[in-house]
Amino acid sequence: MAENKHKLLEVKGLTMDFGGLRAVDSVTLEVHEGEIAALIGPNGAGKTTFFNCITGIYNPTKGDILLHPKGLKTRRLNGLKPNKVTEMGLARTFQNIRLFPDMTVLENVMIGRHCRTSAGIFRAIVRGKKVNQEENDIVESSYNLLEKVGLADSANEFSKNLPYGAQRRLEIARAMATDPFLLLLDEPAAGMNPHETSELEGLICKISQEDRIAILLIEHDMKLVMNISNPIYVMEYGKKIAEGSPQQIKDNPKVIEAYLGEEADA
Amino acid sequence: MVENFKKSIVISLWFVFLTFPLMVVRVNTMDQVVVWRWMNILWVALASFVLSYIWRYMLERQQVRKKVADEGAEARSKVALLLEDMTFRYRAMGVLLVAALVFPLVFDTYQSTIMISALIYVVLGLGLNISVGLAGLLDLGYVAFFGVGAYTYALLNHHFGLGFWTILPIGGVFSCLFGVILGFPILRLRGDYLAIVTLGFGMIFKVIMENWDSLSFGPSGIAGIDKPSLFGIDLGIEGSTIYIYYIMIALVIFTILVTNRLKNSRIGRAWIAMREDEIACVAMGIDIARTKLSAYALGAFWAGMVGVLFASKTTFINPASFTFMESAIILSIVVLGGMGSILGVILGAFILILLPEYLRAFSEYRMLAFGAAMVIMMIFRPQGIISNLRQTYEYKSSKEKTNNG
Repeated sequence: MAENKHKLLEVKGLTMDFGGLRAVDSVTLEVHEGEIAALIGPNGAGKTTFFNCITGIYNPTKGDILLHPKGLKTRRLNGLKPNKVTEMGLARTFQNIRLFPDMTVLENVMIGRHCRTSAGIFRAIVRGKKVNQEENDIVESSYNLLEKVGLADSANEFSKNLPYGAQRRLEIARAMATDPFLLLLDEPAAGMNPHETSELEGLICKISQEDRIAILLIEHDMKLVMNISNPIYVMEYGKKIAEGSPQQIKDNPKVIEAYLGEEADA
Repeated sequence: MVENFKKSIVISLWFVFLTFPLMVVRVNTMDQVVVWRWMNILWVALASFVLSYIWRYMLERQQVRKKVADEGAEARSKVALLLEDMTFRYRAMGVLLVAALVFPLVFDTYQSTIMISALIYVVLGLGLNISVGLAGLLDLGYVAFFGVGAYTYALLNHHFGLGFWTILPIGGVFSCLFGVILGFPILRLRGDYLAIVTLGFGMIFKVIMENWDSLSFGPSGIAGIDKPSLFGIDLGIEGSTIYIYYIMIALVIFTILVTNRLKNSRIGRAWIAMREDEIACVAMGIDIARTKLSAYALGAFWAGMVGVLFASKTTFINPASFTFMESAIILSIVVLGGMGSILGVILGAFILILLPEYLRAFSEYRMLAFGAAMVIMMIFRPQGIISNLRQTYEYKSSKEKTNNG
């Protein structure tokens, strides 16, 4: 099924060393158009490091990260700065929320529009018609995104005053404001209660279907992962140990071993 | 209440005990007698009691206010509400503008001179506010940019006889370039390290100007710099002071307009985002290097412009005008006024520059009062006199829009 879909992200043999520690060991992974792919694994398996390599925060030691935007030529992401990666259409959220606490909720999303707009210093000072138009567009599109994630009512509050679950949703809205075609979510459900998690599940599906944004998520909430994502990739100690549909992953002895430990008589 | 009362009494007793040897016992070595000044005990006890009680009362009030804010209630003060009222704002601005314009006509040259130096610090504060308040780049060597502007005018005027109006923009641009050049090495630095390096830059500038005799005439400085010209008319001392005053008012208004526009623009938001979280900022597609350089250079621009004006006002400059103390005062203006807030910085500049001028009688206690004021500020209003208000936006929801269209 996956073969006839357009391949968006292709990671080949990605390796990341920190001194003598190999945090990510030749991981290969693909995300296709319209997919919600998941990357799971025990704590310390190297999932977040993998994300950081893709988004340019780390420069990987070995391997290729290739982005195939639709209708544009393939780009290799290795060694690009994070802001260039985001400009290419790959946005992310963070495991430990990284909002701009002393800015309003709306402004947080407006920051996401930065790389899609162009007003420079002099044009900002003169503030001509075009700049005003651009500002209005930024406010409007940001506000629409807030409506989508259900935060429109608190648009003018400081983001630090939002409850935890709302902050996570705001991070997603902010990432979406950069007009990505692939969204990387790093543990979006961490610290959420079951009700919030099921809301988030709906939101992720909505983003995937309505906005046609492919999603790659890291998550520990197995119920969420099994419900919405296909394919699932499993990492342990920096290595990819399995990939496949939720059912295949559930039945995979290696995965069970990684999560539950080896059976005593095996 | 009673609790505070008891604690204050304990504190005053403690102070009486501590200061007993100093305040009460005095050995007169000439007459070989000991003088017991018992009245002093009373003063110490009373003073420490009252101060301690006020202190406790203020702290308690702050706690209550914080609790109210935590409960989500509107914790805005009356001042903040007034500031948000647009008609009040425009009226206040109008009154202030008129007051500023008639000031030199009502008061004498001395008052105008003081006001000019306060206005110089307003512009310096607003400039530094861009890099410290908005972009979060702590700059302890800001006075170097001020110096670059002043020396640009002094040297070009001395060697080539160029006039004030020609150099004003050149000084700004030159200082801006200087900012970019210095900006490159600090791109990777953050927080404390950045502060130390900028402190170094400030020092280096002063040392170079002191020692590069062939360029800057060393510690003896450059004298006889031209005052600003008004179509070649000789204005005399009084006239030119008033003239400079008006130039300064125009420069302040220009600075306020520009910084206010920048603050709520795409660039301004990027600066604030960078201050809040650099990694999240870069992950949102913002080029950190460009954003940092632009903040640093724009902050330097104002210092350069006002440096040109400073040189033309004093007609004499030497490196002693550009010490670390100046940087510290400008930084205090920004911190005291409220980081990121334009109105706060203006107030801060007036308080920090005008008060010492008018309280010259108590000038011995200036630094003491300055230090105490800073400590008290940091405890009771760490966000500054006027905390930074963010712009709110009006918008139609998408549903309404589909209904309309």
